Amino acid sequence: MNMNPRVTQRIAFSALLFSTLLVMVPVGMVIVVILKQGAGAISWEFLSQMPRSGMRAGGILPAIVGTFCLVLGAVCFALPLGLLAAIYLSEYSKDTFLNRIVRLAIINLAGVPSVVFGLFGLALFVNFFGFGASILSGSLTLGIMILPVIITSSREAIDSVPQSFREVSLSLGATKLQTIRHAVLPHALPGILTGTILGVGRAAGETAPILFTVAAFYLPRLPGSIFDQVMALPYHLYVLSTQVPNVDSGIRYGTALVLLVIVLLMNAIAIAIRAHFRSKKKW
Amino acid sequence: MVSDARGPAVKIGVESLTVSFSGKPSLRDVTLDIPSHEILSIIGPANSGKTTFLKTLNRLIDFIPTSRVTGRVLLDGRDVREDDDPVSLRRQVGIIFALPVPLPTTVFENVVYGLRRQGKNGKKELDALAEKALTDAYLWDEIKDRLDEQAMKLSGGQQQRLCIARTLAVDPQVILFDEPCSALDPISTAKIEEAMLKLKKNYTIVLVTNNTKQAARVGDRTAFFLMGSLVEMGLTSRMFTSPRDKRTDDYISGRFG
Repeated sequence: MNMNPRVTQRIAFSALLFSTLLVMVPVGMVIVVILKQGAGAISWEFLSQMPRSGMRAGGILPAIVGTFCLVLGAVCFALPLGLLAAIYLSEYSKDTFLNRIVRLAIINLAGVPSVVFGLFGLALFVNFFGFGASILSGSLTLGIMILPVIITSSREAIDSVPQSFREVSLSLGATKLQTIRHAVLPHALPGILTGTILGVGRAAGETAPILFTVAAFYLPRLPGSIFDQVMALPYHLYVLSTQVPNVDSGIRYGTALVLLVIVLLMNAIAIAIRAHFRSKKKW
Repeated sequence: MVSDARGPAVKIGVESLTVSFSGKPSLRDVTLDIPSHEILSIIGPANSGKTTFLKTLNRLIDFIPTSRVTGRVLLDGRDVREDDDPVSLRRQVGIIFALPVPLPTTVFENVVYGLRRQGKNGKKELDALAEKALTDAYLWDEIKDRLDEQAMKLSGGQQQRLCIARTLAVDPQVILFDEPCSALDPISTAKIEEAMLKLKKNYTIVLVTNNTKQAARVGDRTAFFLMGSLVEMGLTSRMFTSPRDKRTDDYISGRFG
């Protein structure tokens, strides 16, 4: 069949546009639904008080605090480790068999299902190292889960620093380590930061890795040390939705809204940082 | 190879230097002496090994993993490749690249970059050294009120002189220029050439250039490289009036390359 190329083009264009709009629908609906059902529950009391009467009333403060503790712990562990690994892989490693295996391992780490990380954390941190179900175990498990994100984005950031900066630095008599410290890392920092924040957003929203390693079912007090259990937003949401009968749906959606806002906020900060430094970048 | 009689004191002696990348030779058996306090111009068409030659002199070539270097490079009679650590060599042999690459920080921080890496941090000391380096690079008067501006904001010619100042601040003995004016307009080029002519009193200069006229204007001696080999080297005045090799004659008069 011979069709007018102009008509063909129109049809193709419409199909592409339609698909793109369709992608936006679920995102928009998630936000709208959660906002509509949860906004009513949000109040200062909801954010700042302990849960009461078997989580059917009161606030979600311990879950918010717990999530922040876990995320902070995960970053404290994963950022230094991931950044050092990224520096080694980008600046020092040569293309040997061993290094190709390491790179393959990192890619595969990103593909491991999160519940497997949870079981791994249970076996290694909770039982083998004897940390018990604690903030420490949960943070380490989440940290391992976000390592690939941090390593990959740090490597991209480091690799995108122009080679000429390194040559200039070395030619001025700087050592290789000084060159990395003063001519590479400062210019890779925005990218490293962006990747870290995206990792944090992911860590904040995951349920499976904290399921066996830290999350408390119902613990209406704030943690006192890193060996305490805590409640966490995603697990709290799971518990409210499946384990506790007769919960007011406002509390459920309110919890979901808080979690969603935290994760979206992280992403927004990452995007803002990237945009800010991209506009300042001059090479 | 044809060469004039030995000139004054030799700063850098190059003996049978051969460099290959992944087995492909880029420089073949180059032997030449670079005299102290002179400007040696190196001319030749693309892929004749000029930049490779420069990078061998201060061992930036070490960072190209596929490279293999044989032969000797003697700085004041000492083989530069004997040392495990090329850092002190690079402080003695500075390099200016074809495209000015200011680091994305202030003018001042660019000038003192090498000094800070040596552990010099005193404000007064750095101020004095920066002023001296910028003055020697003929940039101080233009820029003394703009030291805290981003270096990327300077014009191309100013950026290149900033790169020269940055190299001078480390107080090298030899400065390598790798086509330093290829991205510059004629006025900026003239300023760089003027700077080079004054700098040779205190430094030994090697200038790689694609511009044979520039070689004729500033070089005390000129070397002609072709396909990785040194064809001819001699006093510039002689090379450009009566080249001894036909290929040199052809290149200088623009019949090829």
